[in-house]
Amino acid sequence: MNAMKAMMKCSLFVAAALQVAVLAGVAVVPITPAGAADATVKIDNFTFAPQQFTVKIGTTVTWDNEDDTPHTVASSTKLFRSNALDTGDRFSFTFTTPGVYRYFCSLHPHMIGTIVVEATTGAKVVQ
Amino acid sequence: MSDHDHGNEHASRGVSRRKVLECMTWAGTGVLWTISAGVPRSLGIIDEAMAQDAGSLTFLQISDSHVGFDKPANPNAAGTYEEAINRIKALPIKPSFMIHTGDITHLSKPSEFDDADRIVSQARLDVHYVPGEHDVIDQEAKLYRERYGRGTKGAGWYSFDANGVHFIGLVNVVDLKAGGLGNLGNEQLEWLENDLKGRSASSPVVVFAHIPLWTIYPEWGWGTDDSARALDYLKRFGSVTVLNGHIHQVMQKVEGNLTFHCARSTAFPQPAPGAAPSPGPMKVDDGKLRNMLGITNVTFRRGQQRLAIIDTPLQS
Repeated sequence: MNAMKAMMKCSLFVAAALQVAVLAGVAVVPITPAGAADATVKIDNFTFAPQQFTVKIGTTVTWDNEDDTPHTVASSTKLFRSNALDTGDRFSFTFTTPGVYRYFCSLHPHMIGTIVVEATTGAKVVQ
Repeated sequence: MSDHDHGNEHASRGVSRRKVLECMTWAGTGVLWTISAGVPRSLGIIDEAMAQDAGSLTFLQISDSHVGFDKPANPNAAGTYEEAINRIKALPIKPSFMIHTGDITHLSKPSEFDDADRIVSQARLDVHYVPGEHDVIDQEAKLYRERYGRGTKGAGWYSFDANGVHFIGLVNVVDLKAGGLGNLGNEQLEWLENDLKGRSASSPVVVFAHIPLWTIYPEWGWGTDDSARALDYLKRFGSVTVLNGHIHQVMQKVEGNLTFHCARSTAFPQPAPGAAPSPGPMKVDDGKLRNMLGITNVTFRRGQQRLAIIDTPLQS
């Protein structure tokens, strides 16, 4: 089963890569597949950790509430906003545009965090 | 009373950590307020204060019931809420009404609101609510406003009068800003200014809101960003009593004619400011939990400006 899954994942990736190449009009094979490396931000003790997190474009960031208090993940620009996350609840958002994304807990607004999304070239783009 | 002395010390020297912690050691169960001569003061024992004047206005403050909370700090928050209501039912003098200073529920779920309403209704008293941040988790705070927002303005603020005392319920838990504290907002502050306009400075005012309207510990968000403007409108009044919740512990400060008081939760205690890595629920020995939960009894006596406040633990 695992082998099958891996193969399917692989074909999806190849298809996606081809699509990118076609869209871009250049024949490039990306070394790091966009979106392959997902990232987790841990919520505990009324803090987001890591508080500032740099990820590649296409990364899906998952916030995992391990605190004994409900929290939310709310973008300062209202780009995304989770429901209340009780202990053990998670929220994910995929970042498709490079930039600096500030967010906070709308219940406890002194809790703040930042996701920095880098283009695949590694260049930082500041919104 | 020792708690009153603490309050005056805060007013004259500012709130040092040591003083705050000293205040924290003051244990009561409900808060009974008596208004006299401009500065509210709390009396020692609930029965003593209540026995003084049967013709006075007595009301109760309950706070932070967090119905739905089931974590180790208190696996049965609905149960301790019910215990608090039972204590209220057993009071020798029936209060005129109750105020609930927010965090009725833990997660704003319809079933939690249902349970909270069922429990509180056993007291057979009118309840005047303001929301806590846990009550407005759903977008636009629809559930809270449907249940408790009738006749209120904006996100749920309002005022009413009882026995010559002007009561104002404020909302400081919506539209919070990243990195900020509690928030009243311009619309509500303008309403407050108009609400107070033309009122005699001699009429006692009671303001209640969830998050403290004085800055207790900004590192944990324990304060309200724009409360100074509200307090500015209130300072001309001879007696202003500000009742808050949110911090799940008794804390009091007197500043001129303003008395600030935070009530206990009926659900779980929280640590003293800075005494833990975060303000999360504090787990204490099972036998001690009910010493740290409680209700607040407030009495106003006609002809006197000072409110008598008595905090009573569920168990002492």
